[in-house]
Amino acid sequence: MNFLLRRLGFYVLAYWAALTIDFVLPRLLPGDPAATIMGSLGSRLQPGQVEAMQKALGLDHTDGLPQQYVTFLSHAARGDLGFSYSYFPATVTEVIGTGLIWTLLLGLTALLISFVLGNLLGVFGAWRRVGFLANVVPPIMILAGAFPPFFLALSAVYVLGVQFNLIPTSHAFADTLAPAPTLEFAASVLEHLFLPAVIIVIVTIGIWTLTMRNTMVSVLADDFITMAEAKGLRQHRIMFNYAARNALLPSVTGFGVFLGFVLSGQVLIEQVFAYPGLGFLLVGAVGSRDYPLMQGLFLMITTAVLAANFLVDVLYTRLDPRVRAG
Amino acid sequence: MDFRLLLRNPIGRIGIIVVLFFVVASLGAPVIAPGDPSEFVGDPNQPPSSEHIFGTDPQGKDVFRQTVWGGRISLAIGFGTAILAITVAILIGMTAGFFGGLVDNLLTLLMNLFLVIPGLPLLILLAAYLAPSTSTVIGTLALTGWAFHARIFRSMVLSLREKDFVAASIVSGEGNFTILFQQILPNMINIIVGSFIGSLIYGIGAATALSFLGLTEMTDVTWGTNLFWAQNGGALFSGAWWAFVPSGICVALTAFGLSLINYGMDEITNPRLRAERELAKVVKNAALRRVRATPFVPRAH
Repeated sequence: MNFLLRRLGFYVLAYWAALTIDFVLPRLLPGDPAATIMGSLGSRLQPGQVEAMQKALGLDHTDGLPQQYVTFLSHAARGDLGFSYSYFPATVTEVIGTGLIWTLLLGLTALLISFVLGNLLGVFGAWRRVGFLANVVPPIMILAGAFPPFFLALSAVYVLGVQFNLIPTSHAFADTLAPAPTLEFAASVLEHLFLPAVIIVIVTIGIWTLTMRNTMVSVLADDFITMAEAKGLRQHRIMFNYAARNALLPSVTGFGVFLGFVLSGQVLIEQVFAYPGLGFLLVGAVGSRDYPLMQGLFLMITTAVLAANFLVDVLYTRLDPRVRAG
Repeated sequence: MDFRLLLRNPIGRIGIIVVLFFVVASLGAPVIAPGDPSEFVGDPNQPPSSEHIFGTDPQGKDVFRQTVWGGRISLAIGFGTAILAITVAILIGMTAGFFGGLVDNLLTLLMNLFLVIPGLPLLILLAAYLAPSTSTVIGTLALTGWAFHARIFRSMVLSLREKDFVAASIVSGEGNFTILFQQILPNMINIIVGSFIGSLIYGIGAATALSFLGLTEMTDVTWGTNLFWAQNGGALFSGAWWAFVPSGICVALTAFGLSLINYGMDEITNPRLRAERELAKVVKNAALRRVRATPFVPRAH
């Protein structure tokens, strides 16, 4: 419990750090940030709205910096991140809401497949020592992981989408459908999910496999494995319950860092496939200079990573009894 | 680490050859692909021909020139990022590991914060606010890339600090600075070189991603901006695959070569991996049908 509380405290601190980055960055802008931001869309707004928005964003500069900071934090705590410029009059929170579900769907699907498949390949590769899984698969994975994810995505769009027109390569579901709990809609969502998910799996699977393989090689040389073998335990029991369970720990510890990589790659994948998740919104917000939306999305993606990390910590206490003991 | 050992390792050797190829090609750009890479040389989207061996891009620029010249800034950003990030990581990681106590707690907290905040979204945010230039790109990449390595260095110093030779230096009255940089640092060279290469891969890849999103100086010719212009000019939909394939392959092969060097170094420095190789040979020669956790090789009679 102590362990989880300490972790929770750290994530709260990390969240605060992300909030502070959001607060400080616009104020580092050369010149008057309010004027710069407002100038880009001033013509679309009534003078009253400009004033209201400046107030809402804490950019009206009537208060000192500390006062602005307090206002900013209290607004953020209430989930009030101001208005989006490019989707005005929608608030940032509303816009983020539309993207969150798609990012979670794509990210979780890809992560689950790549984690399970990657670790299994690593386990068998280390176990067999020679042959296809041990000698051929790892170099191929290093090569696949070396490609920029968005480049693989572009190539897939070009070959499968443009040349052969095999599979939809943009959006999250067919344009002709409206979201509804029907089989047709679900099929369309799956069809659109397929290619982006496969690309993310290809780019990330090597990390799991290689980590697992290297750790598993060390664990297999440990004495308790020889002991298990000497006791005459079944081979698959040694492989999974003895070796793999212990070898999994570094992968789980590194999960937080890996997750950051996955989400980072996903930003670009979503952009290439015009998949309407947080990453796609983020790139769009940068393009339209929608600063509040950018900051909100950064905060949201960070929150997602922090929440996932905490889940991993909970899982870790189940996996490694030593942590529970304190 | 002995460089000749790395050259003798087959995986490491391939890696070095691949990386050297791209470094030499970039340095020799004025000779290999003479002319201004940003010059409009002909009709847009022309397929590869004898005149333009990689064809032309959607703006009518020579793709071969752009690819060769693009390596210069891409590699420069990679090296700049690696040098800056690893320097910061050495300073912070070693300080934390060596001095321990409150200093360690605070610095470790800082590393963990940077590790847990997702890199690319932070990069995008930073790049959107800062004026794009090569030095700001290197700065932001180093800012998001140092923490991972600092944590590794910290744990290395933690274990090295307990060694007898450090204790000997302390009793012989050496200063902290001397102990850190003359006694401990030389023992970490392998890890530092490995981290440097890892950081180089990150720098090249992330800079390419930023350029692809249009967040760097777009008049520069880099592998990333090449991809950006190919994508924005609709090369994909007019079937001009030659406009985006070369730059993408260059980034991938450079990163692949660097990964191979790291992999080769792992094999040299990690006795377990070498022992595993020997074991694999034994398993293979004995032609065991079923592999066991502890391979048992029956002696030939």
